[in-house]
Amino acid sequence: MEQNSNVIISGFKWFFAPRRRSDSPFKRMIIHIILIALCVAAVYPVLRIVSVSLRPGNRLLSTSLQLIPDDATFESFRIVLQKRDFLLWIWNSLLITITTSLLGVTIASISAYGVSRWHFPGRKAGMIFLLATQMIPAAMLMVPIYILSIKLGLVNSWRGVVIAYSVSSVPFSIWILKGYYDTIPVELEQAAMIDGTTRLGAFYRVVLPLSTPSLAIAFLFNFTQVWNDFLIARIILQRAEFFTWPLGLQRMQGQFQTQWGEFAAASLMVSVPVMILFQLSSKWLISGLTLGSVKG
Amino acid sequence: MGALTAQIVRSSLSEVLGTIFAVAAGIVVLELVLYVILKRKLQWRFSLPIMLVSPALIGLLLLVLYPILYNILLSFSNMSLRRFTVERGLTYGFAEAWNNLKIIFSEPVLKQQKFFPVLFRTFLWTFIQVFFHVTIGMMIALLLNRPMKLRGFYRTLLLFPWAIPQIIAVLAWRGEFNYQYGLFNLLIQKFGGQSINWMSDPFWNYVAINLTNIWLGVPFMTVILLGGLQSIDPSYYEAAEMDGAGKLMGFRLITIPLMKPITTPAIILGVIWTFNQFNVPYFINQFELETSDILVTALFRAAFEYNRYGFASMFALIIFIILLGFSLAYIKITKFSFGFDKAGGGTPLQAVGE
Repeated sequence: MEQNSNVIISGFKWFFAPRRRSDSPFKRMIIHIILIALCVAAVYPVLRIVSVSLRPGNRLLSTSLQLIPDDATFESFRIVLQKRDFLLWIWNSLLITITTSLLGVTIASISAYGVSRWHFPGRKAGMIFLLATQMIPAAMLMVPIYILSIKLGLVNSWRGVVIAYSVSSVPFSIWILKGYYDTIPVELEQAAMIDGTTRLGAFYRVVLPLSTPSLAIAFLFNFTQVWNDFLIARIILQRAEFFTWPLGLQRMQGQFQTQWGEFAAASLMVSVPVMILFQLSSKWLISGLTLGSVKG
Repeated sequence: MGALTAQIVRSSLSEVLGTIFAVAAGIVVLELVLYVILKRKLQWRFSLPIMLVSPALIGLLLLVLYPILYNILLSFSNMSLRRFTVERGLTYGFAEAWNNLKIIFSEPVLKQQKFFPVLFRTFLWTFIQVFFHVTIGMMIALLLNRPMKLRGFYRTLLLFPWAIPQIIAVLAWRGEFNYQYGLFNLLIQKFGGQSINWMSDPFWNYVAINLTNIWLGVPFMTVILLGGLQSIDPSYYEAAEMDGAGKLMGFRLITIPLMKPITTPAIILGVIWTFNQFNVPYFINQFELETSDILVTALFRAAFEYNRYGFASMFALIIFIILLGFSLAYIKITKFSFGFDKAGGGTPLQAVGE
């Protein structure tokens, strides 16, 4: 009898430990219930997409709230993957996103080092300028960028988009990276320079490897920004062969009622690259972001 | 419709990579020129940092400053799809600027709604959003900041809305607002209520947009606030406890002031991003109700559906001035310095603690 209750008690201890002495088990239970409810709210809409994507074609518009239908099928995924225009959207998005993110982070990581280590004239004005660029409504740049693209012949070509995307996340990346470089002691570079490398060599061999968390975050932000961009793509890429997935899916959604299942399947597939990146960088997310963007 | 063919792959690959290499080559040339002028000729001690920041600077000037100046020029014109070139009747001048201004404040911005109702709706939207993002985000961050089992698991799930592409999330939510098949009406019916016309009723459409964006925006705020909470040294709370302060008092006297360097920029950015949020109000508003438009979506429609470019440029300028005014006022009121005055490192805590 006593042993039994001991097992139960140690089970409770396992579930609630480690704990603060001041929290009663009841209070901890309440906290867990609140957190579980919030998690359900956070994940549920996405689970519904999963559910729709798994439904067979004749039951797409069901009023059932069941998450995994009894007759689940991957039919919708197969149909979407066989559509060569879906593959085109994915190809376009991947190509443009990977190249411009790499270029953007490279530019930002170099510039942030200059801003972090030297108090050159115009530095403060430059940082304020960076902040001000974040205040400009994207929609405000749309009209001039559109008119300029027409006049420069950049509509329906990759050239203008590549440049615009490479630069668009640079201010945010510089802020993040500069904040992170600031926390790395200069003495480390000086030591490396005594050992015979140049200033830039020290940056490359010492500072950059130490900044992996913030570099990862900057890349993640560049990637998601470009991958998810609708506005710039919408005004510059108008011919179907240039469509990225947001444009393609928007067009697909025009026939929303009929293609609900295919739309859901496509949505899940375009979410995969971003989710993988988030998962890979999740351990750096909080340190990389906080040290960078937030400086008192 | 386009399809993926070998030829398209070849042409897009060569164009994109070609542009990247052209940019890289341009940067190399720029660095060489700067090196020769600054380092060799002038022997300036700041030549290296200038060389480091110049690619980003020039890129931003091209992509941000040049369009802004061009936007100002356009706002002094009567440009529209019909009057696109000077030969077709495009004119610039103060009269055109005055005319654009007059239309914004006296006539409907699109077809029915005038400027001030849209402005009010935008303010209301921004206030609701930032309020809920910060309060719910703070609540979740406080819960997650306690030592407990399954913390990493909760954190992963709670950040989920942030990780999926915004357009996907928004379109999924739009599906849930469907009259017949959407989750919300199904739930309402289950509890015996009347189905709501989320898409065509102006009030409920506005509510739908707000609900969606609260769901989308909370995770980011949670991450930021959680990072701040984790940087607070627990010994502060222990000291306060010894002095007899309760939990609530500790929150008010320790957490809030120490979090200020984190909450201030987070709130400024939150306001700016919400004010400029395009995807949610644009996509949830399936039937293009003007009563759900905020300034940014109204601007987009004025420019790209009504093709009134000169008018839209002036409109954009006014939106920018409103935002700038807000940010300056907020920085002034909270006496926030963004750490410009401090050389080098230090955690947020050290900055406040001195």
